[in-house]
Amino acid sequence: MTTDTTAATATGTRGPVTASAPVGTPTKVTQGAGTKGGIGESTLRPDGTLKVTGEFAYSSDMWHEDMLWGQILRSPVAHARILSIDTGEALATPGVYAVLTYDDLPTAVKNYGLEIQDTPVLAHGRVRHHGEPVAIVAADHPETARRAAAKIKVEYRELPVVTDEASATAPGAPLLHEDRDDHHIGHVSHPNIVHRQPIVRGDVEAARRRADHIVEGEYTFGMQDQAFLGPESGLAVPAEDGGVDLYVATQWLHSDLRQIAPVLGLPEDKVRMTLSGVGGAFGGREDLSMQIHACLLALRTGKPVKIVYNRFESFFGHVHRHPAKLHYEHGATKDGKLTHMKCRIVLDGGAYASASPAVVGNAASLAVGPYVLEDVDIEAIALYSNNPPCGAMRGFGAVQACFAYEAQMDKLADAVGMDRVEFRQLNAMSQGTLMPTGQRVDSPAPVAELLRRVKAMPMPPEQQWLAAGEQADVRQLPGGLSNTTHGEGVVRGVGYAVGIKNVGFSEGFDDYSTARVRMEVVGGEPVATVHTAMAEVGQGGVTVHAQIARTELGVAQVTIQPADTQVGSAGSTSASRQTYVTGGAVKNACELVREQVLEIGRRRFGTYHPAWATAELLLEGGKVVTDGGEVLADLVDVLEDEAVEVEEEWRHRPTEAFDLRTGQGNGHVQYSFAAHRAVVEVDTELGLVKVVELACAQDVGKALNPLSVIGQIQGGTTQGLGIAVMEEIIVDPKTAKVRNPSFTDYLIPTILDTPTIPVDVLELADDHAPYGLRGIGEAPTLSSTPAVLAAIRNATGLDLNRTPVRPEHLTNQS
Amino acid sequence: MRVSFTVNGRPQEADDVWEGESLLYVLRERMGLPGSKNACEQGECGSCTVRLDGVPVCSCLVAAGQVEGRDVVTVEGLADFAEQRAEHGGCASAAPGSCGTSLDAARRWEARPADSQTGGDTALAPIQQAFIDAGAVQCGFCTPGLLVAADEMLERNPTPTDADIREALSGNLCRCTGYEKIMDAVRLAAARQGEAARR
Amino acid sequence: MDFLRPASWEEALAAKAAHPTAVPIAGGTDVMVEINFDHRRPEYLLDLNRIGELGDWEVGEESVRLGASVPYTAIMDHLRGELPGLALASHTVASPQIRNRGGVGGNLGTASPAGDAHPALLAAGAEVEAESVRGSRLIPIDDFYTGVKRNALAPDELIRAVHIKKAAGPQQYSKVGTRNAMVIAVCAFGLALHPDTRTVRTGIGSAAPTPVRARAAEDFLNAALEEGGFWDNGKIITPSVAKQFAELCSGACNPIDDVRGTASYRRHAVGVMARRTLTWTWESYRGTDGTAQQKGRVA
Repeated sequence: MTTDTTAATATGTRGPVTASAPVGTPTKVTQGAGTKGGIGESTLRPDGTLKVTGEFAYSSDMWHEDMLWGQILRSPVAHARILSIDTGEALATPGVYAVLTYDDLPTAVKNYGLEIQDTPVLAHGRVRHHGEPVAIVAADHPETARRAAAKIKVEYRELPVVTDEASATAPGAPLLHEDRDDHHIGHVSHPNIVHRQPIVRGDVEAARRRADHIVEGEYTFGMQDQAFLGPESGLAVPAEDGGVDLYVATQWLHSDLRQIAPVLGLPEDKVRMTLSGVGGAFGGREDLSMQIHACLLALRTGKPVKIVYNRFESFFGHVHRHPAKLHYEHGATKDGKLTHMKCRIVLDGGAYASASPAVVGNAASLAVGPYVLEDVDIEAIALYSNNPPCGAMRGFGAVQACFAYEAQMDKLADAVGMDRVEFRQLNAMSQGTLMPTGQRVDSPAPVAELLRRVKAMPMPPEQQWLAAGEQADVRQLPGGLSNTTHGEGVVRGVGYAVGIKNVGFSEGFDDYSTARVRMEVVGGEPVATVHTAMAEVGQGGVTVHAQIARTELGVAQVTIQPADTQVGSAGSTSASRQTYVTGGAVKNACELVREQVLEIGRRRFGTYHPAWATAELLLEGGKVVTDGGEVLADLVDVLEDEAVEVEEEWRHRPTEAFDLRTGQGNGHVQYSFAAHRAVVEVDTELGLVKVVELACAQDVGKALNPLSVIGQIQGGTTQGLGIAVMEEIIVDPKTAKVRNPSFTDYLIPTILDTPTIPVDVLELADDHAPYGLRGIGEAPTLSSTPAVLAAIRNATGLDLNRTPVRPEHLTNQS
Repeated sequence: MRVSFTVNGRPQEADDVWEGESLLYVLRERMGLPGSKNACEQGECGSCTVRLDGVPVCSCLVAAGQVEGRDVVTVEGLADFAEQRAEHGGCASAAPGSCGTSLDAARRWEARPADSQTGGDTALAPIQQAFIDAGAVQCGFCTPGLLVAADEMLERNPTPTDADIREALSGNLCRCTGYEKIMDAVRLAAARQGEAARR
Repeated sequence: MDFLRPASWEEALAAKAAHPTAVPIAGGTDVMVEINFDHRRPEYLLDLNRIGELGDWEVGEESVRLGASVPYTAIMDHLRGELPGLALASHTVASPQIRNRGGVGGNLGTASPAGDAHPALLAAGAEVEAESVRGSRLIPIDDFYTGVKRNALAPDELIRAVHIKKAAGPQQYSKVGTRNAMVIAVCAFGLALHPDTRTVRTGIGSAAPTPVRARAAEDFLNAALEEGGFWDNGKIITPSVAKQFAELCSGACNPIDDVRGTASYRRHAVGVMARRTLTWTWESYRGTDGTAQQKGRVA
């Protein structure tokens, strides 16, 4: 069977959507260079057929004979003492099997958390944010469970809310967590600050005196939701051994397991987790949601329990992207060279820590952007507040910073009187540049080249809404189907931006993955089986793992096992890291399998041909061949009925923590770069925006699957567009309650809001990474937003310092 | 209450249906057809799109009782539906649909070896094949609704412009792809459909 | 909850009389959201889907009698000529899937100020045919909206149809949302020229507790058109007239700040839409001798 790549490239794409020819040193791949369906090809998803026929089993599709439905009762207020909880009436409801509160938790471990275990499984005496879980119900029908939950009587006494830096650090401010004993409490100035990371390098005051132009800006970044389409859901099945089998959509099975098992009072081997189909993630499934609740109910009732959030609950069921206030000052000489930068980034982490410390580290260490700046003074903090908890989302701290520093670059270029792209190119970092952390960038950093490429793409035609004929096609105008303009007030604008994102877990984290690879003869053919715990959330890891196995083992048939906790941890599907780290682990395990297979071959056939001992041997097309192409044996004959299996952990090179006072340290593994050009048309009278085109150029090191790479870039770009013009969770500053927890009022881009997205892919190998690849998922989300904002500024002449920008901001009616 | 209707050409019946249940719930939880997806349950995402008497609707907003005696096509029946349309023209009633995912089936799931995704023993509607070929599927949660909507659009409008495609699919949210590969897929399906018609 | 499935209009009226708290459900696009999100648990759901005649329309001499359940898609496809303003409004409703199910009866029954059909109905001129076992009556659209999500229906009444005046001149409809499709109105504006009576009518959505007409703006424009002989000479409307009309339309708003937009923006946007739709309709009137035009030209 062959892969139909011709079909995929002949799909009438307009503009330069294809991967460009590699520039720079191509990665040397000898093994597998001739294997079909290996790395570098746009092989198709192995789960594609199941997904288009509706057979693919997502976590919300799970079903079990005799199963119950779980329902969570959540706090209607943001901050309150819980005076009492009465579950009597709920429990007496026919069809209800269990109603659990904090008092029913089985062990002394009653909290969980990614880094800091500060999140109660169920509220204990106090709720700290709107929507916090207070009680859980299991019943035989979701409506029964809902009605029962509504009958639980909770008496709240409301407390004052902390909603921003001023209220969090005011004298006498209520403390979100009075008894903090985490490892950050020693270096923060107030217990309502989760973590603080300064980065100080050079002499800012001296550098400031060299500046001919100084530009300051205060920027606001709204709270974004991941808005993955498959709501939180899963099924917990009690087992006869007293353990539980949990089928769930998550980003990291083993991280979940580490948090779940202690709360249940079970050893980790009695909590068996299997990844169900995941309907998108984008960071929102890095924290636990319904996992522990479903297990508690299943173990209490002895019945399988399914929990499926609806969209309303999903907005309360996962962390969001940190909203931020960012203050920046940059200087430049009259020749356009950056002199210095000072910035202060305040991220609102909400009620619980989640990933806030790591987000702070990212925001601080990437605050400078992809520019050469030797004199910097950076501070990033995350607050505890009564706002919704915030944590991981695609771009992870780097997104907020990029929005601000790219606005600053435009202002500086204007102040100096230079072209905005040239100004960036003049100051662009490159391989060898020192980051403000003192870390040397030791792989290609083609920042200037990406800008050049994105600028060189052809511009979309003007006034495309007239192309169809004499009458305006409103679908191509700002306002779209709403018929607000037929061209009146419409002004085009163009904007550029570029960003830098780290790849992988940083700051000394032991970031590893595990792969189990098996090779054997099945049905007369050599077959490789790859088993990892990698969460496939849509990114295409399963496709790439099969490609790697084909390349490394020279087989056509590869089976990808479901991800579960029966194999070692794969780490998280986040931080653009899975192809690098789990891909690296698969490659490594395949190499070890290959060595063993060749060893078997030498044992069996070594005496028949001297090349077994002298030549470099490869596995190609199901055979053992020499590097000269001579066939030595069929794999079928080498293996016979033997199976070779290897399970190995694989690590990228280690990183270091950032110094807590100076921020110095080799904190990151790899950097990733993307640049965007946005072309927008703005109805300047109504403040409505149509993004006409969002061109992207990105360096991916090596495109293991070009079709997937482009899909990731286009998807990330569109999420950046969403933050620019529409997406924001609106929290009432007086009550800290979420005002728009629905798809009616939290808007994500439709296909009519999304432009053509031509992509220019650059492949400059990073010699430290498997195949030279670079993590790609997040970088396009960074520069997309500031590019769109720059284009809107260009069209309107307005100084826009917040995102998302709404019609009232563009019409001076806010 | 009891509700009876035709799904993918096969008479189906559900008992003890709570009056507030949606068609989506009945399909997913009572008829073993979880292909239609529950992403928003407020008509704002299109993931639950099915054809009700031939018309694309959000099944989350149809009360189960309203479907009594009517005809529903879901993504599970799309391939048969498209095949019969190609054979007979117009709307066709499909053969028995496949069943949903039991826990056992889910446990047994594994990605198929090699490139069996391009067809093999599974007959696909042209729009389904085009989504796979063009890379329009990532997490796949929006895919069933998009397929039903796109298939119906191509039935009405075999040669859509880009703006036509965007308008027809403006009720279907996708969070992964940025829609570009979905545009490619629909163009591809239209082109293949055109070629097939000329042959 | 009980699910009532009347097979005929008479049965439906009888059911509504027997259970005045019963919630009618047709397209389901409002009711089911409230049920799915646990906002509402009516004692009775009254399904109107089995009553085929609610999906019919009749084009008469003066008006169109539009069945309460005629889906928006059908209005767009079949009634663009007779009801151009409503057809444009229908095209802005939610998504294709929703337009396939929802109809004007639901919009009227819910009576949300954000309902997309209201400004078009107000501008065109319409009467709501309400019926109960006690009999049938026609409620002028101007008297129909009585408060936020409240209307003039009696508890035992159902909406049978809407009688909408056939367009004698150009009509336009414009709606602001913060997305280019599938969006609830931040505010909306409908405008209809009635050359037969030499009047204009307006409708404003989402900018007051109920859908409203901008009566002062209509009076001003009617007078200005009359005085200048515009209906006969077909001259371009002067910018100062258009500007004052727009300002009076803004002034007719009584909006609030909410998550969808600020009150100040709503007033502003209604003014812009009023000016633009006036330009589009008037240009159409001048250019086509009063024939309705579906899409405006680029001004």
